[in-house]
Amino acid sequence: MALPAAGTALEPVTFEITRADLVAYAHASGDHNPIHQDEEIALAVGLPGVIAHGMYTLALVGRAVGDWTGGAEVVELGGKFVVPVVVPADGAARVTVAGTVGEPNADGLVPLALEVTSDGAKVLGAPKALVRA
Amino acid sequence: MPIDASLVGRAFPPTPVHAVTAESVAAFAASVGGAGGATVAPTYPIVVTFAALQDFLAAEELELSRIVHGDQRFRYHRPVAVGDELTAALTVTGLRSIGGNDIISTSSEIVDASGSVVCTATATLVHRGGV
Repeated sequence: MALPAAGTALEPVTFEITRADLVAYAHASGDHNPIHQDEEIALAVGLPGVIAHGMYTLALVGRAVGDWTGGAEVVELGGKFVVPVVVPADGAARVTVAGTVGEPNADGLVPLALEVTSDGAKVLGAPKALVRA
Repeated sequence: MPIDASLVGRAFPPTPVHAVTAESVAAFAASVGGAGGATVAPTYPIVVTFAALQDFLAAEELELSRIVHGDQRFRYHRPVAVGDELTAALTVTGLRSIGGNDIISTSSEIVDASGSVVCTATATLVHRGGV
């Protein structure tokens, strides 16, 4: 699937994250840090509550990129977890991934400019996605 | 407790081999709500990266619950595929202290059975001091 021209805004995708998702992710990824499951421990180490794995958020970015590009090869992916995504005991946290197609670089790889937000706050700093499209 | 500054530059032994199977790929994709199938999620290499991070934390006697993931970046030399046998070898690349927290920068080379680099994963861990 060819990507649209540079400058084109991609359809933002909103995902929901529940506590049950974090438990499933802990098993699949091996990251059993209790701050992603246990409210008491999360509060005890000074966090605002149970927070999503940063890598869960980055995995959602990976899904959005896959959807937008028809599964193009990803050459670089990353970001800084600047604001924790707090996941309530009931209901879900929402993360929205928005993107714009960038100019291909010298190797013909296409960067996607990303904005990843939850509850109006930017949760991923200096996000980077580079694809072979 | 501040972390020993001599850690910077230290290379840790590679993790045990992680076999990428159709099942592990599907379970990972399903856990982030993806469709699954044969496509390997781009963040899948965190499985072996995290194993390396965990070995590092155990070696340095750092408690996982005091760690928050600060930054994670992957540079893929080729896509991960079912059938790959991956190991990750972690090097500590930087250490600084901000407001009672230690910021630990790491880089892990993820290689396949032939020793070719599949992915370079750089991670920053924030070790939260006493609260």
